[in-house]
Amino acid sequence: MTFEKDAKEMRAVYAEGLIALAEKDDRIVVCEADLMNANGTKSFQKAFPERTFDVGVAEANMIGVAAGLAAAGKIPFANSFTAFATRRCLDQITISCAYTKLPVKIGGTDPGICAQLNGGTHMSLEDVALMRAIPNMVVFEAVDATQLAQAIPQIAYNDSPTYIRIMRTQAEKIYGPDYKFQLGKADVLKDGSDVVIFATGIMVVRALKAAVALQEDGIDAAVVNVHTVKPLDTETVLKYAAKCNAVVTAENHSIIGALGSAVAETLSENRPTIMRRVGVKDRFGEVGMLNYLEKALHLTVEDIAAAAREAVAAKK
Amino acid sequence: MDKQERQYLEEKAKEIRKLSLRSFAAIGKGHVGGAMSISDLLSVLYFKHANIRPEEPRWPDRDRIVLSKGHAGPALYAALALRGYFPEEECLTLNQPGTNLPSHCDMNKTIGVDMTAGSLAQGFSAAVGMALACRLDKRDNYVYAIIGDGESQEGQIWEAGMYAANQKLANLIAFCDNNGMQIDGTTAEINCVEPIADKWRAFRWNVIECDGHDVESIDAAIVAAKQEKERPTMIIMKTIKGKGAVFCEGTVASHSTNVTKELLDQALAALA
Repeated sequence: MTFEKDAKEMRAVYAEGLIALAEKDDRIVVCEADLMNANGTKSFQKAFPERTFDVGVAEANMIGVAAGLAAAGKIPFANSFTAFATRRCLDQITISCAYTKLPVKIGGTDPGICAQLNGGTHMSLEDVALMRAIPNMVVFEAVDATQLAQAIPQIAYNDSPTYIRIMRTQAEKIYGPDYKFQLGKADVLKDGSDVVIFATGIMVVRALKAAVALQEDGIDAAVVNVHTVKPLDTETVLKYAAKCNAVVTAENHSIIGALGSAVAETLSENRPTIMRRVGVKDRFGEVGMLNYLEKALHLTVEDIAAAAREAVAAKK
Repeated sequence: MDKQERQYLEEKAKEIRKLSLRSFAAIGKGHVGGAMSISDLLSVLYFKHANIRPEEPRWPDRDRIVLSKGHAGPALYAALALRGYFPEEECLTLNQPGTNLPSHCDMNKTIGVDMTAGSLAQGFSAAVGMALACRLDKRDNYVYAIIGDGESQEGQIWEAGMYAANQKLANLIAFCDNNGMQIDGTTAEINCVEPIADKWRAFRWNVIECDGHDVESIDAAIVAAKQEKERPTMIIMKTIKGKGAVFCEGTVASHSTNVTKELLDQALAALA
């Protein structure tokens, strides 16, 4: 099973989405901390130089400046690598953006193992957990260009501080032209009855491939893209848990605190269900290319399939 | 400044001190020191310079006032009440359950507060963001930011300061409450921030020094700051922590201290 790559890099889709919005709405502004080339927002700067604020290597100030812009009526998108966009300025996000309920949008690029050759220092495996624990925050991870393009206006106008997790390069195409994105509403990509795989980000493609492998074992797996980890679409989570009685989560993140935890919390309180979590098992990242890192950190198609087989076996 | 205006602003500063001391006494304690040291500035801002509309607190063209040293909130609440944003008696609800007046400023709770502050230095970055937004919108207003000298130990102050200068934010006028004290001791002994004026000059700001307890000196500094067209201005106000609260004036302990009925009476009598 192969997936066609998107024509455009995700960072280009992000920047184009912001430019399109900014053309219609002068409240849209961009804040950066010396990573405009990396984040693809140079094109925004070219189109709207006066609405671009590159504060230099100072993420805490970037978030604070974004909060001030929002307090004075702007809708700022403040971007950096996931590690620096979140944990580096956690208190600034918590107090200046979330406690204040200001609509600051934080774009984090190259999540988890996507950091590749930038290595362990740049590899955020805790960013979703951190953002999810903050009241008022919305937490979204884009999976492909079609979804991201539709998500940007919904995020801009959702009035909440929002964390957007985006890979920089070309994603594998998941959604077709008929796709209708809704922030907060999970997408069922494949129906199934034996086990459901809830996946985010780069793990969605792997989950779909795992479902094919599982079919050969006679296991009918459902695959759901939970692009919005907060607020969680508990209705879909509970519906598929009830239908399949076995749940797997798959995320390019620590298994602590993000999608796996969110699903486990929901199930434990409402419908205890057999569950396995695929994700990074409480360790730091390291340097390497994606095909090495996914094996080293156990984020492969086979890791998902094995977890699904285990969950199905545990039902008996 | 004529004599009449000086008297008026001095009287308002005194009222700010009295009302905030009463609010501390109502709950029994509070951040007295830093509230007292900015009371004269708040008088000059709220009763002379700030272009604001108490009847329209979110008027888009208003001047913004960001109290980044958010623990001095009670002095700001007193100034807002005296300026007509809410009844003076509401100040006595300070820190009571369900109050709109928490220790540290909260823009979602208190009418007239432009930015939440409490985690130090964050308000200063927000003030920079506001100044950028106001300039983008071609408003001719000012953003006033109040920081502390102890607060200036936070790296974010200097991140924001560097960027404000680079952006030539002449619509940003900041004040450093230079009372020389912080929670654990004097700023000189804990982590000396001096020479503050030289630091801000080195950060390419327009720097003006003034007597933070002399309304005329503060006023002159603001008037001079408004002449500057290229740089943000930092007005370094020499102040005394706890100024006007006789029971703790000039002490490190004034930062957060008990305010009994007796101490209140003593302070009010001295201010009368």
